Amino acid sequence: MHKNENHVREPLFHIVKRAALPGWQSAAIRVLAVLISLIVCGIIIVLFTGENPINVYATMIKGAVGTNRRLWNLLQSVAILLCISLAVTPAFRMRFWNTGAEGQALIGGLATAACMIFFGGKMPTALLLIVTVVASVVAGAVWGLIPALFKAYWGTNETLFTLMMNYVAIQIVSFFTYRFSVPKGSGQIGIINRDTRAGWLPVIGNNYLLNILIVVVLTILIYIYLNYSKHGYEISVVGQSENTARYIGIDVKKVIIRTMLISGAICGLAGLLLVAGTDHTITRDTIAGRGFTAIMVSWMAKFNPIYMIITSFLICFMSKGSVEIATVFGFNDSFADIITGIIIFFIIGSEFFINYQIKRTHREGGKA
Amino acid sequence: MGALFVFLHRAIMQGIPLMLGSTGEILTEKSGHLNLGIPGIMYVGGISGVIGSFLYEQGVGPANINPALAVLIPLLCSLAGSLLMGLIYCFLTVTLRANQNVTGLALTTFGTGFGNFFGGSLIKLSGNDVPSITLTATSNVFRTTFPFANKLGPLGTLFFSYSFLAYAAVIIAILAAWVLGRTRIGLNLRAVGESPATADAAGINVNRYKYVATCVGSMIAGLGGLYYVFDYANGVWSNNAFGDRGWLAIALVIFCVWRPNISIFGSILFGGLFIVHNYIPNIDVSTQELIKMTPYLVTIIVLVATSMRKKRETQPPASLGLSYFREDR
Repeated sequence: MHKNENHVREPLFHIVKRAALPGWQSAAIRVLAVLISLIVCGIIIVLFTGENPINVYATMIKGAVGTNRRLWNLLQSVAILLCISLAVTPAFRMRFWNTGAEGQALIGGLATAACMIFFGGKMPTALLLIVTVVASVVAGAVWGLIPALFKAYWGTNETLFTLMMNYVAIQIVSFFTYRFSVPKGSGQIGIINRDTRAGWLPVIGNNYLLNILIVVVLTILIYIYLNYSKHGYEISVVGQSENTARYIGIDVKKVIIRTMLISGAICGLAGLLLVAGTDHTITRDTIAGRGFTAIMVSWMAKFNPIYMIITSFLICFMSKGSVEIATVFGFNDSFADIITGIIIFFIIGSEFFINYQIKRTHREGGKA
Repeated sequence: MGALFVFLHRAIMQGIPLMLGSTGEILTEKSGHLNLGIPGIMYVGGISGVIGSFLYEQGVGPANINPALAVLIPLLCSLAGSLLMGLIYCFLTVTLRANQNVTGLALTTFGTGFGNFFGGSLIKLSGNDVPSITLTATSNVFRTTFPFANKLGPLGTLFFSYSFLAYAAVIIAILAAWVLGRTRIGLNLRAVGESPATADAAGINVNRYKYVATCVGSMIAGLGGLYYVFDYANGVWSNNAFGDRGWLAIALVIFCVWRPNISIFGSILFGGLFIVHNYIPNIDVSTQELIKMTPYLVTIIVLVATSMRKKRETQPPASLGLSYFREDR
């Protein structure tokens, strides 16, 4: 063990934690990371398609925002992804890794669908809407509450618990899609209340506008809640250090439970927006992995609701654009996932250069 | 009796990918890294093998493949593919100290996308004119079993009718349990996962252990994908057929409280739960979906029970999910 005592090898570089970087510098690093990732994606696309990269990116932009319908479609996707990202953010700020947004939103969607099926035509429209909203929000909140209770009282690992809850939710939805299926046994529910439109969210302008407006309002509310309210402050303290929180008299258990109720409730709302607002049906794939993508969106935005608008837009834009490329060049849709993955890798990697810096090791006094 | 043997046989075949996936994930988690990229890595392990084998079969023609090469090429491609995925994960989480959950999920998005993309576009990209990716010739080589398996009756089928990868999976799991529990390397690895700062102070190269454990773990998990394609699915790749098995493997890690030897039986149990609905007479489709929930419910129960009992031996590694930076105090 002590053989190397008088000949210590020192690495040429060492890593030091940075003091807080000025805002514009960290922003510049992130933008640079996105640009590099776009170049890398461009190279990959060109390798596969053999096309001129500028054409390829033009195709992407056309695919994402080329027509009015596509633009609205994109904004709708952004709104839903943003909504789920907003939902997981309060939990993340408190270092509670809620990987169960997928399940919480799906259960919210299931509650919505159930209300539409059972109460459609039996209640006045206004009452039905209220019942649906309450049911979906409560369902999502309960799905988030279960792991939170165990975390608060017994310290059960929340990442794994919430992750497992996703698949329980997916199977429950699967069960009900067979139960409710039209025609019986087909395993598909189809459009619920196609003729009466009972329980559908009201249409303002077009199908998507209401969803988008709701999410815009929600973004502002969450921003205020996290940054300017006592609850938001408590969440931050618990996230920074549970011991400090306990010392200054914050009831940590209560904060964990309350925050997860909110997180789950907003997920439930996202389920409502999807099922009652646009899809008007439910399958086990209704959330389509957004619960997981939202975790990345929220993290990339440093848990800041305003930045999340940008990150969720970026992810949705790239994914719609890549689907277009895949269609034009005859590939399959999963191309979008590869592109999304690469962009996220680069943004994740860039965080290092914001938080740390690499210094050359100074040799003092010749041989150490 | 016959039905029971058939059921057990199928359960074991279902369990092998889970066993490989969970053994890989256990090694990774023991080094303190929660790799949620395992589902993606298993996809890449599967499709890399498929790509290698497809190019080889199309190159020489399915009729005149060399059995040794037919196994070796997909095996090496699969190992290389999952190793690359492991390296991406390690570089981001160990060297760049990125958040493990986010990196893992990104890896799963990427890996599943990679698998489905090449699964759907390989034929077009390689310019071949075949209707689907069906690698029956290679799969037949992969599924070679002991010649005496069928002569020993049902017990022979139950114990000897699997391909080499299945036995390899069991051996790898036993080996992993032995390394973790009985060797100096395993002791050091567990120290790194429990308290990297202590391990560092004791002179253990923390980053090297994290890298090796995660990369070896990824390669083992990738073999799970390979087994699925060439043994279970008879060499036919169809997109998304692999399904939730990757997440089930992560669930299995909790179920067997981070012990690869328990995962041998756990994987057979999970495999059984996964298919048991096919063997229960007179149940409708919707109830089948509820039965498919049981592996996850069982996992939640184990997770809750171990956290309530607080027994030291059954806890997750103490620094699971946390990055280590020497100068952080």
